[in-house]
Amino acid sequence: MADALLKVSGVNKRFGGLQALSDVGITIERGQIYGLIGPNGAGKTTFFNVITGLYTPDSGTFELDGKPYSPTEVHRVAQAGIARTFQNIRLFPDMTALENVMVGRHCRTKATALGAVLRTKATRQEEEAIRQRAEELLEYVNIARYADFQARTLAYGDQRRLEIARALATDPKLLALDEPAAGMNATEKVALRELLSHIGRDGVTILLIEHDVKLVMGLCNRVTVLDYGKMIATGAPAEVQRDAKVIEAYLGTAAAPKVAVAP
Amino acid sequence: MTLFFPGLRGRPNAALGATITLLLLLLVLPFIVGSTVGGNAGVRALAFAALYVMLALGLNIVVGFAGLLDLGYIAFYAVGAYMYALLASPHLTSNFPALAAMFPTGFHSSIWMVVPLAAALAAFFGVVLGAPVLKLRGDYLAIVTLGFGEIIRIFLTNLNAPLNFTNGPQGITLIDPIRIVGINFGRTLDLGFMKIGSVYLYYYLFLLLTIITIVICIRLQDSRLGRAWMAIREDDIAAKAMGINVRNVKLLAFALGATFGGVSGAMFAAFQGFVSPESFSLTESIIVLAMIVLGGLGHIPGVVLGAVLLALFPEVLRHTVVPVQMQLFGKVLVDAEVLRMLLYGLAMVLVMLYRPKGLWPAPEHGIARAPRPATKGA
Repeated sequence: MADALLKVSGVNKRFGGLQALSDVGITIERGQIYGLIGPNGAGKTTFFNVITGLYTPDSGTFELDGKPYSPTEVHRVAQAGIARTFQNIRLFPDMTALENVMVGRHCRTKATALGAVLRTKATRQEEEAIRQRAEELLEYVNIARYADFQARTLAYGDQRRLEIARALATDPKLLALDEPAAGMNATEKVALRELLSHIGRDGVTILLIEHDVKLVMGLCNRVTVLDYGKMIATGAPAEVQRDAKVIEAYLGTAAAPKVAVAP
Repeated sequence: MTLFFPGLRGRPNAALGATITLLLLLLVLPFIVGSTVGGNAGVRALAFAALYVMLALGLNIVVGFAGLLDLGYIAFYAVGAYMYALLASPHLTSNFPALAAMFPTGFHSSIWMVVPLAAALAAFFGVVLGAPVLKLRGDYLAIVTLGFGEIIRIFLTNLNAPLNFTNGPQGITLIDPIRIVGINFGRTLDLGFMKIGSVYLYYYLFLLLTIITIVICIRLQDSRLGRAWMAIREDDIAAKAMGINVRNVKLLAFALGATFGGVSGAMFAAFQGFVSPESFSLTESIIVLAMIVLGGLGHIPGVVLGAVLLALFPEVLRHTVVPVQMQLFGKVLVDAEVLRMLLYGLAMVLVMLYRPKGLWPAPEHGIARAPRPATKGA
């Protein structure tokens, strides 16, 4: 069995009277593409925001790559090695695509204000390396031709790609994607699926939150299903698909046990 | 260099030539102005324009780059000015006998000491202002910074009792002029073949400082830090998710922006020979903000343009309003000062209507609709 990259357990999060997450925990192994699915309002994004430090959990233990981390400050989580994208794309709209990716290199570089003002050799070399890496990443996600375009002028699917490139620029151990296929058309989804499996093959572990069950089933090695803030199933995609509780969550109680959730 | 000559992008030699021409023009400009239209007052206005460019560029770091609306920026200018005034005038020694005993010749601090001190003190105040407002954005930030600016001014007005630190509303007089390598900027410099007046000397000093400021700003903008500032301006949650320590980066913006304010304040004190709280009112903060908004928020050449325009504009008015009215009506109907605010307002309204991104905004990259490639693949 491969070693665990991310181990999260016992996460609880309450918003006022709503228990958004109760005792949720997942273990992602290195190299996996891990899917987190569930109906609307199941708590997927909440869980996601908790592990990336945007929300402070009421309880839970967190361990990345063998080291415990506390998800209290977003930038520390990113520095620790979890890069994320957002459900509603959050690029830096007025910066160019290249600059967006260059920002992603921030936490892996260390030029200071003084270095920048004096333009020291180390700073110039670092700057050159940042630019080069950013160009490579744009090439990698196949939008290099828009490098000098402002991010907001890119087509929707390309903005999603840019967000992924920006996240990859932080050299993440875990790439966490919040509904990357949301709002994409069928062609764009196929392309996205290829991109994600490519990234996975290149050794980046991926946590994928998705609405599109088809995409998740085809891509992920392991899937956890959330419903009303509780985990109702975890396992290989095929197992989960047959799980009675999952079927119930998606289709309602009257469904016959033999009915498949998705084709 | 092509930043200031967008038409010459890709032609480094032409851009270099244009830059040198511009510099030469700026060098002879005071003599042209001094001997034709403005006289000494004209050169003085040019020197002030250079000071305002520095101020505006400093504020541009906070507002333009990092997107933090600061309405109290003039406070840092005040801090620098009073710092210089206190350390280079007889005020402290004449009010505190103990100090007079320690410094029998009075305070005459070297510029090399006062300017770094003014910069450091202003940076410190920048952090003092920045730290409590880290979580604030937009309107709320504006209100707190506005309050900060007023607090500094009120402190300066009232710190004359029980111990007289600032001499209250009367301000501090008899401030030493700047002395660099034996040149007293307060006197006419006799080079043998020509004489250079005090205002000319200050103009060249401020011009040099302005150029240094521009270079620093350009380098900061094109750096890792500059990108981090722009990232928090555009979307601070996404910036955090990229591992940017938003707190530190914001504080750095406040501190660095304040530094320029502090240095130009010290220059202002030396140039005027006199400081009083009146020079650091809210209106001044707003005018500096207006300069960068009018010119092009976040775009260095635009900010320079805005600062020069708004700094010279009142001088032009002062020298034209009265004669023109005398010509037209035979008497003065509208005071230049009244007209100035009226025209400022009008200019802002027109700019917001027709050029909402400023007179010289950052160039757009890419076109409104990106071309959709015929095929897409991963």
